[in-house]
Amino acid sequence: MKAASNLQKMLDSGHFAVSGELGPPKSADISTLKHHAHDMRNHVDAYNITDNQTAIVRTSSIGVAATLMQMGLEPTVQMTVRDRNRIALQSDLLGAVSFGVRNFLCLQGDHAKFGNEPGSKNVNDLDSMQWIQAVKNMRDEGVFIGGEKLEHPLPDLFIGAVANPFADPFEYRPYRLAKKIAAGTQFVQTQCIFDLDRFERWMVKVRELGLHKKVHIVGGVTPIKSIGAARYMQNNVSGMIVPEELITRIKGAQDKKQEGIRIAVETIQRLREIEGVAGVHVMAIAWEEVVPEIVERAGLYPRPSLA
Amino acid sequence: MIVGERKPLAEIAAMLKPYEKVCILGCGTCVTVCLSGGEKEAAETAAALSLLWQKEGKKGEVKTGTVLRQCEYEYIADYAARLEEFDAVLSLACGVGVQAMTARLPENIVLPGLNTQFMGYPVMQGVWKENCLGCGDCVLDLTMGICPITRCSKSMLNGPCGGSQDGKCEVSKEVDCAWHLIYDRLVKMDMLERMEAVQPPKDWSTSHHGSVRTMVREDVRVEGSQ
Ligand code: SF4
Ligand code: SF4
Repeated sequence: MKAASNLQKMLDSGHFAVSGELGPPKSADISTLKHHAHDMRNHVDAYNITDNQTAIVRTSSIGVAATLMQMGLEPTVQMTVRDRNRIALQSDLLGAVSFGVRNFLCLQGDHAKFGNEPGSKNVNDLDSMQWIQAVKNMRDEGVFIGGEKLEHPLPDLFIGAVANPFADPFEYRPYRLAKKIAAGTQFVQTQCIFDLDRFERWMVKVRELGLHKKVHIVGGVTPIKSIGAARYMQNNVSGMIVPEELITRIKGAQDKKQEGIRIAVETIQRLREIEGVAGVHVMAIAWEEVVPEIVERAGLYPRPSLA
Repeated sequence: MIVGERKPLAEIAAMLKPYEKVCILGCGTCVTVCLSGGEKEAAETAAALSLLWQKEGKKGEVKTGTVLRQCEYEYIADYAARLEEFDAVLSLACGVGVQAMTARLPENIVLPGLNTQFMGYPVMQGVWKENCLGCGDCVLDLTMGICPITRCSKSMLNGPCGGSQDGKCEVSKEVDCAWHLIYDRLVKMDMLERMEAVQPPKDWSTSHHGSVRTMVREDVRVEGSQ
């Protein structure tokens, strides 16, 4: 099958992929985001654009994707099921495909309680699993969820999902991944990996089930910018594990930011050694400028160029 | 049962400001059991309101009463004559009761004294939990008697989201993750394969999303009856 995107090409051909992440602003002025995108363009294969992350109103993922396309860069549009019913989700997907988006990351989304509109309705018409399957059915069968046919077939799409080895029940997590694959997932990005031991234990089971051969597993890596940021993730973000040793290590370092970068680089290097890990997704939100350095120091630069 | 919570006295007082002769009307069923709108609570509310009016120097009269079920016309009919003398009725029934009263007694002003919360039951003395959203297409057979529509904060049908940790839901340490509970029960019963198949999108048209629902049973229907 022909690859739908550069990201898929990279992963399908067995290159260790690198993607970046862009968080749209709480305004329509996306000039800073464009700078970040421009500055890491030689270091990442595609960019995730978050969809009202942590339920905070921001410029839409699809709106930003249009700009990225104009810049000649490759977006991966995140789509949560939190804010849109199946009518809006399917319609927005078509809209994004119409101007060239091919990578989609289907996810549930944080509860609206955490955001800046805590009084809003949580839609959750579909769940993430059903949304993945719906995208696959639109692409492969040419049908909407309701059963009606699309007027024209869709081009190839690259369907992504998320996996969280740090959430519970831990024993179930590999099976949840298997279910996402059955629903149509072609690549998964994981929650930020700080607890490598737990990640490796998850991967053991993933390999045992043969899942790494059925899906591209991309490890999530976030450089820790400060002790405060680490503590915040440790205490306030559900489904995230930040081991105390990591915080102690940064505390003990003279240059704390450098230490954060060093840990990210080491994490990537360890991930590269793990059988079944196909790439990394670097999420340096509010610290985008360090992405090129991390990618270079991890030995992933220059990026292979695939025709 | 339907679980409600009495509105704050200040809000009740503001609602009743234009009225002088008021009846606080308890309901004898669900809200009696959940200790929010029965005879006892009607008496407490009336006493508190009278005291407040006294303090404010407002002249007025507050009486109480209880209807066994404010959501059924026949019980309302039995009581109707006694309500004629009042300027307003503050109903301590759930929203269903308030509306049935309004429909049956269109000449009366019936006001809500409760915030109706949910369908649920007491899990221990003094703690009520929400369990059912009345979705119109029950899936409890698939989910081991634990409702994911109601008890999963994201109404997911295909297993736990990435925010589930230590058995708790991402929204609060006070809320159990429904899918963790379902998983544990499936493991215990050796039925985990039930979580394997992808459950298709739910047809929400059987729920309130499909618009206002009416149930008709032709076999028991009596034309013209109320
Ligand atoms: S599945 Fe529907 S009917 Fe059954 S308990 Fe849940 S909300 Fe109620
Ligand atoms: S943590 Fe559990 S209950 Fe809460 S939204 Fe996620 S799956 Fe649902």
